[in-house]
Amino acid sequence: MKGWLRVRLKLLSGAVLLLSATPFAGLAAQQNGARPAASASPAEDGQWTMPAKNYASTRYSGLNQINISNVARLKPVFTFRVGTAKGLEAAPIVVGSTMYIITPYPNYVWALDLAKGGKPKWVFRPHPKPASQGVACCDVVNRGVTYSNGRIFFATLDGSVFAIDANSGRQIWRAQVGNINKGETVTMAPLVAENRVLVGNSGGEFGVRGWLTALDAGSGKLAWRAYSTGPDKDVLIGPSFKPFYAKDRGKDLGVKSWQPDGWKIGGGTTWGWISYDPKLKLIYYGTGNPGPWNPEQRPGDDKWTAGVFARDVTTGQARWYYQSTPHDEFDHDDINEQILLDMPVNGRMRAVMVRPGRNGFMYVIDRASGQVLSADPYGFINSVRGVDLKTGMPIPVPEKKPKSGRITRNICPAAPGAKDWNPSAFSPHTGLLYVPHINLCMDMGVMETSYISGTPYLGAEVKMYAGPGGNRGVFTAWDPVRRKKAWELKEDLPLWSGALATGGDVVFYGTMDGWFKAVDARPGSNGRLLWQTKLDSGIISQPVSYRGPDGRQYVAVMSGVGGWSGAIVSAPLDARDPSSALGFVNAMRDLPARTKAGGRLYVFALPR
Amino acid sequence: MSSRSRASLALLVLVLAGCDREERNARGAPLPETGPAQQAALAATHSDPRAKQYENVSFQISQGQRLYSWMNCVGCHAHGGGGMGPPLMDEKWRYGGRMEDIVATIQKGRPNGMPAFEHKLTEQQAWQLAAYVRSLSAQPRQDVLSGRADEMSNTEPQTLDERKPVKDAAGSEPKGPVK
Ligand code: HEC
Repeated sequence: MKGWLRVRLKLLSGAVLLLSATPFAGLAAQQNGARPAASASPAEDGQWTMPAKNYASTRYSGLNQINISNVARLKPVFTFRVGTAKGLEAAPIVVGSTMYIITPYPNYVWALDLAKGGKPKWVFRPHPKPASQGVACCDVVNRGVTYSNGRIFFATLDGSVFAIDANSGRQIWRAQVGNINKGETVTMAPLVAENRVLVGNSGGEFGVRGWLTALDAGSGKLAWRAYSTGPDKDVLIGPSFKPFYAKDRGKDLGVKSWQPDGWKIGGGTTWGWISYDPKLKLIYYGTGNPGPWNPEQRPGDDKWTAGVFARDVTTGQARWYYQSTPHDEFDHDDINEQILLDMPVNGRMRAVMVRPGRNGFMYVIDRASGQVLSADPYGFINSVRGVDLKTGMPIPVPEKKPKSGRITRNICPAAPGAKDWNPSAFSPHTGLLYVPHINLCMDMGVMETSYISGTPYLGAEVKMYAGPGGNRGVFTAWDPVRRKKAWELKEDLPLWSGALATGGDVVFYGTMDGWFKAVDARPGSNGRLLWQTKLDSGIISQPVSYRGPDGRQYVAVMSGVGGWSGAIVSAPLDARDPSSALGFVNAMRDLPARTKAGGRLYVFALPR
Repeated sequence: MSSRSRASLALLVLVLAGCDREERNARGAPLPETGPAQQAALAATHSDPRAKQYENVSFQISQGQRLYSWMNCVGCHAHGGGGMGPPLMDEKWRYGGRMEDIVATIQKGRPNGMPAFEHKLTEQQAWQLAAYVRSLSAQPRQDVLSGRADEMSNTEPQTLDERKPVKDAAGSEPKGPVK
């Protein structure tokens, strides 16, 4: 019996290897026909040079040494203390035999030699201004560095962008893009495309005016800046702007859809993810919530906040825009990732982007035209009734409207949405999107607030708690073609880590109490847990996988709880006040008993 | 005063106190009145003579409470539990928990992101705010604490809170006498 089993297992893993060796296209056809945009997802090279892995943002490593039958044998190979104890949201980047990581404020960048067991090669200390910590809405996080052409690019909390030499760690240039006195910080990982370093600001809780800035990768000089509010010339809206929906056409809507001058302090920050289609030469990114949170103070659609832009990468000129949450009432920022896929929609292959929106809808949008092809709930939603595909507009629910003088109860999803910043992964092998997300609802009260530069511009108070079912986190395997869940895992705590998909059909993610988990990616598996290990501190970072200098496959993740959800531990905050951390603390009172602050990189592999 | 009228006066006092208590009872059991030992500790926090005019004066605390929302302190410190700024309802003080320390914090700002408000507030307002900030950890006399909640999320009324010892950020009692 035992021998038979072993033979079976061997056969099985052989089969898995064989399968993985087949080109994606053929396999994907057997699945649901979805595959990453070819021009945005080059062949697997064993590296991980940008947080999203590639321009299509698949967060998928084709490596398959680690697979469903052997992943249970994963062991830590080395760990590295990064020197901070705040929320670690970044993805480790691997170029050749070097790994690069960035810490939260004070934003140390470490280069680790993978040929020497992770021995530090150099560390770069940018010394951001200490005052930037006070205007970072949700812990002093940083979402990663990116590599291009021999250089490492990253932004510091106080709004500086750096280019440093990947070999030596020497600074090549530095450009100041943000101003902390206005409440502007930078937390996102830049994207480099066509020799442009793209970076946006954070500070949607401070009445800053959102923008995306493109710097010349060679010199750091400003190439263009596109604001998310204001007159067309500031938003880089010109003759090539062809939004799909009529309501987005017209002159200076970024001014007219606001109360007088509201756009000047109207938010729409761009602190999430950018994807790039090299064939269309378009970048895609979402804009954040309008300011202040109190919707009564800003009647109108508040353009161009809480939507997604397509822009020409070289000139920054807008091509199309879609507003998923016009006149946002619930802090439903729209900065989440977009995964560029080619897949059948109603029997025809379409070039699309798939976006798990903050507002709880999984959008499939034609990435050339901006037409919404479908929008299906992937979490529990009662704040809107659905999306009208004719107009692209959400169908409102009047009783959930926040009004001064009353508390609106049980708004789902809560302010951080059905999913916050932490990115999904797409496996061309299974055709599924793996979405780490949350299940929180909130009570919300609004009151008039005044704008004071450098202080929060909110006018709202919320109190969050678990949504239906009582589980605060969900890990969903979503079939974008069939427009439904393949399976889903309920997690007690909100999921604040990214997902990693791999060629061995293993998907990885972490929990806020520090479990690093590997689950079976396949559609029929129900997300069977294959392996888990408890790390020092909660996991809110982005796991990656790479081929080491010795040819073996590695999986790397950082542990260090914090962020908006984990600030109760990393700050630490006082749990007796439910409104702490903009109301998130109410949902996280048990976290301090379940994990502690930390900051450590872990690298795993199969034993030799 | 006859013993009878003395008795009825005592009764009146009791009844009045009872009314007071009853109102608080609606929110839970009241804490015992501030004892003499705590009074002494309290007195020791007044080294700047102006402190007396603000602390333990419910009007000033109430004014401070309004300013706390109006000046957007609440966005960074929530209702004492903290967020972008540290909690103000606990016993830990990075920069000192005396009235004048807090006034200095509010007016001049602090390096890790506490903005300076000296050009946005009058001196009086800064002291009112400081009095309210201290009330978040129930430092003033119990009978002057605000029974009004300016928030939707209903934290425990401050009148039910216990006075926190004033410690430095490392959690130890400040060295030497608290002036
Ligand atoms: C932009 C966010 C922000 C705003 C607005 C803000 N604070 Fe602060 N505050 C901070 C930060 C950050 C610190 C910590 C500073 C440090 O450690 O150097 C702080 C520190 C403090 C402290 C010192 C706490 C200690 O442990 O010693 C007090 C008191 C305080 N703030 C009160 C206020 C009051 C009152 C207001 C409104 C007038 C206010 N703050 C507005 C961010 C803010």
